[in-house]
Amino acid sequence: MQRSDYLLSQLDVLEAESIHIIREVAAEFERPVLLFSGGKDSIVMLHLAKKAFWPAPIPFPVMHVDTGHNFPEVIEFRDRRVAELGVRLIVASVQESIDKGRVVEETGKWASRNRLQTTTLLDAIEEHRFDAAFGGARRDEEKARAKERVVSFRDDFGQWDPKNQRPELWNLYNTRIRQGEHVRVFPLSNWTELDVWDYIRREQLEIPSIYFAHTRRVFERDGMLLADSPYANRQEDEPVFEAMVRYRTVGDASCTGAIKSTATTLDEVIAEIAATRITERGQTRADDRTSEAAMEDRKKEGYF
Amino acid sequence: MAMDILRFATAGSVDDGKSTLIGRLLYDSKAIFEDQLEAVERTSADRGEEYTNLALLTDGLRAEREQGITIDVAYRYFATPRRKFIIADTPGHIQYTRNMVTGASTADLAIILVDARKGILEQSRRHAFLATLLRVPHLVVAVNKMDLVGYEESVFQAIQDEFTAFAAKLDIGDLTFIPISALHGDNVVERSVNMPWYEGPSLLHHLEHVHIASDRNLIDVRFPVQYVIRPHKATDPELHDYRGYAGQVAGGVLKPGDEVVHLPSGLTTTITHIDGPNGPVQEAFPPMSVTLRLADDIDISRGDMIARPHNQPRVTQDLEAMVCWMTDVRKLTPRMKLLIKHTTRTARAMVKDVHYRLDINTLHRDEQADGLALNEIGRVSLRVTQPLFVDDYARNRLTGGFILIDEATNGTVGAGMIISSG
Repeated sequence: MQRSDYLLSQLDVLEAESIHIIREVAAEFERPVLLFSGGKDSIVMLHLAKKAFWPAPIPFPVMHVDTGHNFPEVIEFRDRRVAELGVRLIVASVQESIDKGRVVEETGKWASRNRLQTTTLLDAIEEHRFDAAFGGARRDEEKARAKERVVSFRDDFGQWDPKNQRPELWNLYNTRIRQGEHVRVFPLSNWTELDVWDYIRREQLEIPSIYFAHTRRVFERDGMLLADSPYANRQEDEPVFEAMVRYRTVGDASCTGAIKSTATTLDEVIAEIAATRITERGQTRADDRTSEAAMEDRKKEGYF
Repeated sequence: MAMDILRFATAGSVDDGKSTLIGRLLYDSKAIFEDQLEAVERTSADRGEEYTNLALLTDGLRAEREQGITIDVAYRYFATPRRKFIIADTPGHIQYTRNMVTGASTADLAIILVDARKGILEQSRRHAFLATLLRVPHLVVAVNKMDLVGYEESVFQAIQDEFTAFAAKLDIGDLTFIPISALHGDNVVERSVNMPWYEGPSLLHHLEHVHIASDRNLIDVRFPVQYVIRPHKATDPELHDYRGYAGQVAGGVLKPGDEVVHLPSGLTTTITHIDGPNGPVQEAFPPMSVTLRLADDIDISRGDMIARPHNQPRVTQDLEAMVCWMTDVRKLTPRMKLLIKHTTRTARAMVKDVHYRLDINTLHRDEQADGLALNEIGRVSLRVTQPLFVDDYARNRLTGGFILIDEATNGTVGAGMIISSG
């Protein structure tokens, strides 16, 4: 060895691993799709997909499972980003699933379309005959996710069987499936929340404005700040007030909480996250607070 | 200097404090968040446990919490200013071998936990053997529960001597012994004041500083072709002739201007450009994902290999390998047909022979074995339908490792490590 370095930073190693995964799936599956919500993780994933095939275009479409309960800033961002990259966008609509009678809208204070997304997603996968769906989930997010494979098998009901997963060794991924089955692929499995933010800074990626501190009309519920929107089912005893907030995750507007923050730049956001002592899902996602196994149960049904 | 990544596997059973150790590393490096800790405290209290059971942090699934077991490999993350760490946390009992083999396959380092009161057990030997079989470059024997033996140097020394004697039979690259108490934190993050006789680093200090850069094979150029990039953009004449071969470098250092050989054709050509994720690069080495452009128009497709003319992998349809069998659906037996995935090439393979089954506790070779059952390891000969481009696993984990897939179930049923024939 002539040089003592040949070193790569942690972001370079993660980037190389993710690109390897994306290429492997594009090579071995016939109809992949990339799930794009406009959130930070899927922004990073889409950026990695662009790099994986450059200078050729991304060889698969992206799909947004749209609950209809969106932040307008995120939808605007989604459409712009997709247009820039020249990829095809498929919107799978939860509203359509409701209209078709595939799912029934939840009612009451805690009503959310979060869980309904699973049916919409599985229907869309079946309709478009997708055999691999890239998702931006990370193993550090949640403990059920810590045990999920990079290429994670789903049976023909779209279900995940955590006790019967395929071992993954080295950089070899088993991509064999039968007709009607599919896999979920998680190229960001080994990234942490902070890695994602560091990478967004390094690559100077644009992200929706709701990730930065802004003034918003909110109300408090169960220790979370929810945006005062038509979707939130705000109760009489939940007064609205204005606060300087930002979002740590981007999800369905009815169950995604904002946090009080003054961080208006990427550096400030990163400093805030590095110092935080609460997980992003614990802090801002009502859907994961339902029970200790909330994520595990939804994942088994076919959730992201 | 930028942070790098250390991947390590932890091996041990419930009782030797593995979960407590991981919990302590995560907690002391602030990778455990308040809401996670609160959830664990709640569950501990609900169960009537008198202390907060840090082991609960690593039990992900409902069945695991209910049964108090760990089903599968779980991955954990923490970072210090020097390094990012990825822990492959493998359980001690159910399907232990399969999970440890999986976790160790990508590990730079393995931590084997030994209970200071119990000394070296059969399972400690088994863990050491599996780490060696998977060629984990660095091994740490963490002698835990030193608080329960009065922090006695003689206890630690006896374990170190016994393990060293046993390890001489194995081909262990780098072996380190650290006396710790995961419960009290002795020598985990900070050097312990209770063991002044110990002059080595704390476990975390060792993890932060162990030198891993030279563990990669930077000598034998191996580039398995993963994907051919052809933009076909009629609007952009510049791109019309672009033809790139994408893949992850499995060995060696590639540079523009290097003469390379394409396998299986045997044709030689020159690298003209290397495109990295952020544009052209002057060199590519493991584990970079890059795209090579070559001077000559050779018919190259996925599953092919690019190497150096004077340093080529073996081109063979006959493999000798140590195989770990990973399913209880059926045994691996002679004449069985399977799929083999090796680098980016997938082919059919037939089991020609099972030479012996290895008792991973005693290292005894059972040559009468008629096959391999779940979690058994043995020496196997395979015949493959098309040539593979292979190296000994000991020389390169990426060109020496393969998985076996059962076409009937599509399950991953085996992991193989190639050894020289003879």
